[in-house]
Amino acid sequence: MSDTAISNDRDTSAAFPEGGMGSARDFFQLLKPRVMSLVIFTALVGIAVAPGGIHPVIGFTALLCIAVGAGASGALNMWYDADIDARMARTANRPIPAGRVTAREAAVFGSILSVFAVMTMGVLVNWVAAALLAFTIFFYLVVYTMWLKRRTSQNIVIGGAAGAFPPMIGWAAVTGSVSVESIALFLIIFMWTPPHFWALALYRSGDYEKVGVPMLPVVSGEAETRRQIMLYSLALVPVTLLPGFLGFAGALYMGATAALGAGFLWLAFGVWRTGPGAAQDKAAKRLFGYSILYLFLIFSLLLAEKMLGLGGTAPALTL
Amino acid sequence: MSEQDESERHKVAAPQWTDEQLKRRRQRNLAIAWTLAGLMLLFFVVTIVKLGGNVANRPL
Repeated sequence: MSDTAISNDRDTSAAFPEGGMGSARDFFQLLKPRVMSLVIFTALVGIAVAPGGIHPVIGFTALLCIAVGAGASGALNMWYDADIDARMARTANRPIPAGRVTAREAAVFGSILSVFAVMTMGVLVNWVAAALLAFTIFFYLVVYTMWLKRRTSQNIVIGGAAGAFPPMIGWAAVTGSVSVESIALFLIIFMWTPPHFWALALYRSGDYEKVGVPMLPVVSGEAETRRQIMLYSLALVPVTLLPGFLGFAGALYMGATAALGAGFLWLAFGVWRTGPGAAQDKAAKRLFGYSILYLFLIFSLLLAEKMLGLGGTAPALTL
Repeated sequence: MSEQDESERHKVAAPQWTDEQLKRRRQRNLAIAWTLAGLMLLFFVVTIVKLGGNVANRPL
């Protein structure tokens, strides 16, 4: 039976339906594809550098599950945050505030994808990776989105853990365990998140203030945010060198990462020493853009060393 | 109660779907169909990979 025939069978006197307006593309947008791309890449590096190797099909499956799990938590985040998304310029055109998808549709979509991603990971890859994936989705939705985001200026410090899990899940997909090396990969993203997001928050603080999200510049002021960016950047650079110290990265990684870290510190210093106003926004934008490239390059180096056989050969220190 | 009244009582007040909504619903359904087909293929391929040479080793 065609769609038209179905519609003709129905009582047409009722009000316009709520929902059913979203296109497949709108639902894809709910998965936050841009965030997902960095998640996929860091997870891929976790899979590639883990000792032991994995069949390409199983590795692809793990990556797919991580991507879908990350997308599902993005959809659930958009469901919960639809009220504030509607009032921020950056997010007002997302599918829910724009009225193309209802909040309920997004919640159901995200929930179903979460369950599918975790169960598929468990059945086809292993249950340690599945448990970590489930915990990541829980952490992003409940701990970050529902609990911390609207309550504390430390929201993205603790919530950043959710974005740091993917390489650890990738590692667990190969080894079936959590190890010191995978925790080092976790720590790199964990320490990178605060300066990355606070740089964005510095030039977007008006948006966050309007909707009552207590980002650091709103709560503690711009000067304190600039100081915190500098402090976290100083802590971040030594952490990025951990793969070398733990023996699973080589000289190429160490040298290039140290140079990239010097660039990060220089830009963070540039943000720290500016006063409020246009100069600060410009410096913050520069640091924000560089921070994305920085993380991408660090993980690319790990991947390149592994592919070229230049990485360290230390055995994994399984916990 | 007459048969006609009974049929009216059970009539569900369904909303009207516009052509644009029907087009989007078709798109969504196709996306779901492709996703499920992909998932089926994935489970099949992973099963073959995991069983390896034992894939044909079963009682007939």
